[in-house]
Amino acid sequence: MLDYSKILSGTVQGIKPSGIRKFFDLLGDRKDVISLTVGEPDFPTPYHIREAGIENLERGKTHYTSNNGMMELRTEICNYLNRRFHISYNPKNEVIVTVGGSEAIDLAVRAVVEPGDEVIIPQPAFVCYGPIVELAHGVPVYIETKAEDKFKLTPEALRAAITPKTKMLVLPFPNNPTGAVMDREDLEGIAEVLRGTNIVILSDEIYAELTYGFRHTSIASLDGMWERTITVSGFSKAYAMTGWRLGYLCAPAELTVQMHKIHQYAIMCAPTTSQVAAIEALRHGDEDIAMMAAEYNRRRKYIISGLRRMGIDCFEAEGAFYVFPYIGAYGMTSDEFCQRLLDERNVAIVPGNAFGACGEGYARISYAYSVEHIASALEQMERFIKG
Amino acid sequence: MEHNTEFLKLLENDSRLTADQLAVMLDKEVGDIKKMITKYEKDGVILGYKTLVDWDKTDREYVTALIELKVAPQRDRGFDKVAEKIYNYPEVQSLYLMSGSFDLAVFIEGRTMKEVAYFVAQKLAPMEYIVSTSTHFVLRKYKDKGVVYGPCEVDERGLI
Repeated sequence: MLDYSKILSGTVQGIKPSGIRKFFDLLGDRKDVISLTVGEPDFPTPYHIREAGIENLERGKTHYTSNNGMMELRTEICNYLNRRFHISYNPKNEVIVTVGGSEAIDLAVRAVVEPGDEVIIPQPAFVCYGPIVELAHGVPVYIETKAEDKFKLTPEALRAAITPKTKMLVLPFPNNPTGAVMDREDLEGIAEVLRGTNIVILSDEIYAELTYGFRHTSIASLDGMWERTITVSGFSKAYAMTGWRLGYLCAPAELTVQMHKIHQYAIMCAPTTSQVAAIEALRHGDEDIAMMAAEYNRRRKYIISGLRRMGIDCFEAEGAFYVFPYIGAYGMTSDEFCQRLLDERNVAIVPGNAFGACGEGYARISYAYSVEHIASALEQMERFIKG
Repeated sequence: MEHNTEFLKLLENDSRLTADQLAVMLDKEVGDIKKMITKYEKDGVILGYKTLVDWDKTDREYVTALIELKVAPQRDRGFDKVAEKIYNYPEVQSLYLMSGSFDLAVFIEGRTMKEVAYFVAQKLAPMEYIVSTSTHFVLRKYKDKGVVYGPCEVDERGLI
C-alpha cells in the first residue's frame, strides 16, 4: 500500500481547503434552495460576443495563438485600459492574455515571490491569494479591513504590516466579498506608503467595471505606481464571460518577460476562441457593460434597503455584486447563522469567515440574481431573524 | 413632462415590480413612484398590464395568423379609417401600418384555421378599400415581447 502522504508535496498537503467550498459541500444537491451564493453574473454572455466565438469555430481557426495572446487582442486590451482607466501599456511586451484572472494572479505571485517573502493581503478577500502565495513558499500576511473603514485598506494598517521581508501587496478592489472600493484618494494614501519601497503591487481589478456612482481608479495611474504594479483583470465579470476563462495582466516589460516564461511552460496560450470573442467584447461591448452595471446597481440598492429594513446592519457596498451584512447581532456565529438559515428557510448565503477569519460575524450575499429571486430570499430571511 | 425612460423600461420588462421596489431601485419616494404610475396611466403612456402565457404548454386549441393587407389609401384619411374598422374586431390581436410591399399587418387569433379563414373571407377581404389579402398561419411562436417561448430556463451556474 502506498503512503500517499509521503508521495505528495508537503506544501500542497498543508494548504487548507477553501472555506467557501466547505459551505458549498453542505449545500450539496439540496433541492429548492433559494441561493444567493453565486459569484458570477446571471446574464448570459452578450450574443454578439458569443457569435464572434461561433464564427471563429465555424472558420476553423482553432490553433494556438502566440504565447502572450493574439496581438489584435493585446492591442484592444491596451486601448481599453487607456480609454477607461487612463493607464497605458505597450501591447508588444507589457500584456499577457491568461486563462482567467486567476492564472494572472498565479503568474504574478510566482514571478515575484521567493521562499520566505511576505505578501500582504487585506481580508476579507477572495480565497485564492493566500494559497497561491503558500504554493510559492511565500508567507501571506493578512491585514483585517474593518466595517468602520468601509472595508478599505488604510495607509496606517499597511504601514504597520510592512517588514523588511515584504515583497508584494495584493490590492483586491472592488472587493469580493465585501463590495468595498478604493477611490483615488484612498489609493493615494496607499501609494504614499509604498513610494520609496521595492514593494510590488498585485492589483486585482476584475470587478473594475462594477462600481456604482463613480468610475474605478487603477492604482497604476498614480504617480510612481505604474513601475511597480501588475494590473490583473479579465472578461468574466464585466462581460459575463466566466466560462470562457479569459483574463490578462499588464505590467512593465521587465516583469512580463519573466511571467511570460511561466505562462509559456505551464499554459502555452489562452483558448483561441475565447480570445476572438474577447476582441469583439472590447470593441463593441461598452453598452453591454453599462446595461448590466445599471441592473446590478438597482438590485444593490434593493437588497441593501431590504436588509436594513429588517434591521440588519449592512455596509454600503459600492462595487462588485456582493453585499456583506453584519449578522453577528443574532447570537450565532456566521457558520451557525448560514447553516440555520439554510435548514429552516432554505436560503443559502455564504458565511463571511470563508473569506478570512475577520469575516466572522458577516455573510456574503450575491445579488447576481433577479429582483424577484432576491425578494423571495429576503422575505425568508426576515422570517428567520424574526422567527 | 420629461419622461423617465429607465422607469418605463423597468415596468415594461416586469410589471409586477411594486412601487416600493421601484422607489428603492430608482432612488425615489414611494409616493412619487405611485404618482408617476397614475400619471402615465392617465396619459395613456402606460396602457395596461398583461401576462405572457405560453398556450402551447396547455390543452387550449388556438391558431394565430398574420394577414398582409394591401389597402387603397383614402383621401385625407390615409389608412387610419380602414385601420380603425379592422382593429375594432376582437379577433384582431395586433395591427401595424408597414412600409414595403403591403400596407397593414394584422395578427389575428381564432380557435381553428377554418375560423380564421372565415374571418378573412367574410370580414376583411370584402371591406371597402382593401385591395388584396395574403394569409400566413403561425406554426410556432419562438419569442414574443423579448421572451423566449419553450423550455423553462434553469440557473445553470454551479457552486464554485
